[in-house]
Amino acid sequence: MKILVPLKRVADPDNANKVKIPASGDKIETTGLEWKPNPFDEYALEAALRLTENGQTPKVRAGEVVVVTFGPKETEQTLRAALATGADRAVRIDAADDKLDGDLVARALAALIEKEKPDVVVMGKQAVDGDSNQVGQILAELLDWPMATFAATIQEEAGALLVSREVDGGVATMRVQLPAIVTVDLRIVAPTSVYSLKTARTFKYNDGVRFAALPAIMAAKKKPLVEIKLADLAADQALKVNYATFQAPPARKAGIKVKDVTELVTRLQTEAKVL
Amino acid sequence: MADILVVAEVAEGKLKKTTHSAVTFARTTSAALGGTYSILVMGDAVSDAAAEASKLGAAKVIVVEDASLKSYLAERFAPTVAAIGKGFAVIVGTASAFGKDLLPRVAGRLAAGYASDITEVLAAGNKLTYKRPMFAGNAFGMATISTAIQVVSVRQSAFSPAEPTDSASPIEKAAFTAPTGNAASRVQFVSLDQVKTERPELAEARVVVSGGRALKERFSEILDPLCDVLGAALGASRAACDAGYAPSDLQVGQTGKVVAPSLYFAIGISGAIQHLAGMKGSKVIVAINKDGDAPIFQVADYGLVADLFPTVPELTKQLKAAKG
Repeated sequence: MKILVPLKRVADPDNANKVKIPASGDKIETTGLEWKPNPFDEYALEAALRLTENGQTPKVRAGEVVVVTFGPKETEQTLRAALATGADRAVRIDAADDKLDGDLVARALAALIEKEKPDVVVMGKQAVDGDSNQVGQILAELLDWPMATFAATIQEEAGALLVSREVDGGVATMRVQLPAIVTVDLRIVAPTSVYSLKTARTFKYNDGVRFAALPAIMAAKKKPLVEIKLADLAADQALKVNYATFQAPPARKAGIKVKDVTELVTRLQTEAKVL
Repeated sequence: MADILVVAEVAEGKLKKTTHSAVTFARTTSAALGGTYSILVMGDAVSDAAAEASKLGAAKVIVVEDASLKSYLAERFAPTVAAIGKGFAVIVGTASAFGKDLLPRVAGRLAAGYASDITEVLAAGNKLTYKRPMFAGNAFGMATISTAIQVVSVRQSAFSPAEPTDSASPIEKAAFTAPTGNAASRVQFVSLDQVKTERPELAEARVVVSGGRALKERFSEILDPLCDVLGAALGASRAACDAGYAPSDLQVGQTGKVVAPSLYFAIGISGAIQHLAGMKGSKVIVAINKDGDAPIFQVADYGLVADLFPTVPELTKQLKAAKG
């Protein structure tokens, strides 16, 4: 199976409260924050690796995992890290980070997919900077492919994937014939979430994503990484969604500490009046 | 043309309450634009849902029924939404699991721009600007869409549910646009396992009680009685869900449910950025945690530094007594 995994780098999500908005409001300032791979994209890569191996022999890749990102030269770090983790090949689509929207990214990916012809695209359900949650769905429509969004589990079948999705109030299960798009949710990296046809259903993965060993990090430097110009994939680079300004959220005023349950109940009754 | 199409969400033949938030968006926005709004109701048998939608003040309720729409799949719904949506300036739904799945697919089909999970809309003349949270709610972007048709999903907790009006909207049947091509023929609905609960839905509850990993296996034992006395919905932090103490559909946060109740209890929750993103909009926040330095206390109106295991049952007892 050949799998394409789009990756995006984001400003360190665990320090997202440190983003700043200048008085002009014309941008979001992330200076001082480290670039990290979008967590959902890391989960997508882990799911793609699990789908292309026997869980008992994770060094042998049964199939191919191609990772792709959009951005300037320095985003190749994100790709190299993915190659070290187990991906076979990488593509960087040369673009300015802030001249992209979900529609343009989906159109460029669709053009890349016409060339690469993967069986599956596995991607994060959303990037935690823009929090838009749209590229996978738009891409599926552009390609006229079936999609399974917010996947919590994936089981490979012959020519298809059985996917359970986290929806409001429960779990929806669906089957998509390949080629298809799958966008993944948090639980996809649990020990029994993803099974390829090769992996025994009794096998349990470690919880979370795998980490690259030092030799793999060295070897990743020799794995193929090509650059493609955005213009070669998308002639029309006009954005459909534009951000004129940004605002900081209103600060919550500091509350108080109460000494015990009795004081809490009294204050909720007489001060906050919410009981 | 400045008319708005609301894509209704239907479950088991009934209109879901999520729809009412999108109607609120449509009411205020169509009034500002000098247009009207219509509600699209789709499914295999939706006369009850259509009747309910007809009380929401729309210019008309458009009904599309087809046996193949019994179970929701974006690939089957999107062609009809796009075909009908073509006649509107804005297509709007609520950013529930349904809306988040379907609406970007519709936008892709119409080559339309899509603004997701918006919390506010500003109208200046004919121009709409959408305010939407980014970076786990640590910034808001003011977005505009440049295409003739705009597709939008609204955050349910930011748009209060539309109240019914006295008038009854006309109900019109419209044709089902059968999907052609590969997508719909290569996807199959298998099952929907719903968690049955007597409690109010998280996104709609007036009071929410959420627990963290600190509750361990006693998650339900400690929190259920407190929920019962408050009539509250039960929520959880990601850590509690990941550890298996609570089902994952209870997760409150950046990537789970976003709630904004009148009263929110964070119990044994430290307050990671991703959790705060899902509950910061609550009117009154109460935190109970034995770590006095936990970040949750920075957003809590009332903080109680205490061991939750004796404290929560005591709170339940006193609330019960206070209610008489």
